[in-house]
Amino acid sequence: MDVGSTQTKAVLLDEGRRIRGRALISTGANVTRAAERAFPIAVEAAGIQPRDVAYVVGTGYGRYKVTFGQTQITEISCHAKGAHFLFPGTRTVIDIGGQDTKVIKVGPAGEVEDFSMNDKCAAGTGRFLTASAEVAEVPLEELGALSLSGTDPVRLTTVCTVFVESDIMSYMAQGRRLEDILAGVHRAVAARTVSLAARVGVEPEVTFTGGVARNVGMVKSLEQKLDLKLNVSPESHFMGAVGAALFALEKALWKESSRAST
Amino acid sequence: MTPETDGKPAPTNQSHYQGRMHALQKELISRWYRDLHGIWERQQGVTPACGGPWRGAVPLMISGNCVELLRTFDLLPIYPEINALQLAIKKQALEYLLAAEEMGYSTDNCGYVKADVAFTLSESETPLKTRLPKPSLILCNFVGCNTYLKWFEHLAQFTGSPLFVLDVPFLRREEPSPGDILYVVKQLRELIADLERISGAKFDIDRLREILKLSAATEDLWSRVKSLTKNVPSPFDAYFDSTTMMGPLYVHRGTKEGLHFFDETLKEFEEKVGLGAGVVPEERFRVVAEGPPPYPTFKAFRDLFTNWGACNVASTYSCVGGIWEFGFRHDPRQPLESIARHMIIHNVTNRSYPQRYEQIRRYIREWKADALVIHSVKSCRLFSAGQGDMREYFSKTLNIPTLFVESDLEDPRYYSHAQMRNRFDAFFESLAHKKLTQAGRRET
Repeated sequence: MDVGSTQTKAVLLDEGRRIRGRALISTGANVTRAAERAFPIAVEAAGIQPRDVAYVVGTGYGRYKVTFGQTQITEISCHAKGAHFLFPGTRTVIDIGGQDTKVIKVGPAGEVEDFSMNDKCAAGTGRFLTASAEVAEVPLEELGALSLSGTDPVRLTTVCTVFVESDIMSYMAQGRRLEDILAGVHRAVAARTVSLAARVGVEPEVTFTGGVARNVGMVKSLEQKLDLKLNVSPESHFMGAVGAALFALEKALWKESSRAST
Repeated sequence: MTPETDGKPAPTNQSHYQGRMHALQKELISRWYRDLHGIWERQQGVTPACGGPWRGAVPLMISGNCVELLRTFDLLPIYPEINALQLAIKKQALEYLLAAEEMGYSTDNCGYVKADVAFTLSESETPLKTRLPKPSLILCNFVGCNTYLKWFEHLAQFTGSPLFVLDVPFLRREEPSPGDILYVVKQLRELIADLERISGAKFDIDRLREILKLSAATEDLWSRVKSLTKNVPSPFDAYFDSTTMMGPLYVHRGTKEGLHFFDETLKEFEEKVGLGAGVVPEERFRVVAEGPPPYPTFKAFRDLFTNWGACNVASTYSCVGGIWEFGFRHDPRQPLESIARHMIIHNVTNRSYPQRYEQIRRYIREWKADALVIHSVKSCRLFSAGQGDMREYFSKTLNIPTLFVESDLEDPRYYSHAQMRNRFDAFFESLAHKKLTQAGRRET
């Protein structure tokens, strides 16, 4: 269960580490309720009963609100674990979520070696892109694709989620093309992310995770800025939950083996 | 990470170790505040309920403080930094910070300065329900922080008390030049003349020597206390519990009460070492801390360590008022020279980054630490600038796991508990994994 600031994700793994069920809902105001709502969706998708679930690991900001979870592990460890599972060559994880950007240095076994995160302010995170989409009146899911047709990106003076509004408005007033404005928005986030990445050091392969990994414009901007190809999977959005499920599986198996040996 | 080792961190709001030392400290600090209140009462023309021989009170800076000189003239120290941190720890800082910002101080200004200036102007009771007297003199023993220079200038302007600025040259190399020492000694002589005038007492060098003798003995005990955290498990937390001990160290250094405090403290912690008792129930990680703690969330911040069985075995913050654990002592045979040496060389804030690095390296090596945690202060660019490089140096060059977090020492608005906890949890999760794989390698 990955209870993020914006969305709650759930992934259910079987013993063969295959994804059997999943859920994706908005977290909303009640974090505890979000976990409770997402869990049965994943269970139903897997076609099993809640009692068949051997172990639950909570991750994300709301991990301590997963009241039925046996263990809490940070999303930093979970994203590293999930990224390593899907792309075993991963040495760096870039995770852009709703309010957080994290860059994680990963060891050969998927363990966290180092990480850096944005500070208390949500500048340059998923929220920044959402705010930009709102001002530009573009649906969020089209934001990235539209930015790809930008040929002359504008230079944003800020990655501040509050001030981006006036920046975009002023470029629109100047008659700049929307595609170029959006290309500038993505470029600004990429620059901010890469400076965060420099603190831990970027080592290939780089795997892009978190909700923003679904944004093709962001993938492209980051690849340009880093000058390398990113691993992106349809599961990128669920990476934290995948990692949590992998930890849960390890724990369930360990519990079973320790029960068998006593 | 494996299922056997991580488990849930313990719930927050741990009850922290409270020993005899903590009780004794409370008593000493309350008495000091009461004595200051007595001076205030006298200034109001009231006969003080609790007397004392005090001829006045002098605010000065913690860093490289020369409390011994004040004691020679029966002058009590006021530490504006302690006032500010008391407000923060008692969760009263924000109203003063806002008041200062209304006056025109920028949000980026040092939180200590804003809280203390607004507090001084409000003429309110201290968090200990006492009043502070009008200073006889404002002593800016300017060490390493030029924002403090403005702070003390403002205090002088707002209170109408005279200001003495003691200019201490920054330490760029291992040793200061003889000229630097002489420069400070000469200013100390000028200060003595001022102190004679404001106190009405004649300078008695033999009395200063006696006080310095007590200081040196106190510094000896403090150093021995500090070396006890080399034990595994560590008997106290050298970040959070040291903060408690810093009050008596700066206020009561050079007095019998101060000496007694550290004597008792040493005994208490030696007993704990003898019993093999650690400050955390199960010591899993030994940490070195850099930077001051976030006082508005002091307890919650401590929980972030304690929940993981992490104990700070050394901290640079416990050296802001003086570094004694590496051998420096005040010297009664060279009273003014040794005060000057203390100010220039033996406190963290007057030191260059290479020296700060060396101190941390020694802590990691000699105190057998696993990791470094840097708490950077948003409203203090002067001391915090460069800590990003420090993180790089320790994590990349020396391969020491290093956590860098930011909030503030005074301003609660910079602190987000969920984010802070996320960083700490992730850091200790990965550290647990590292320790486990290292242990696995040793076994195979």
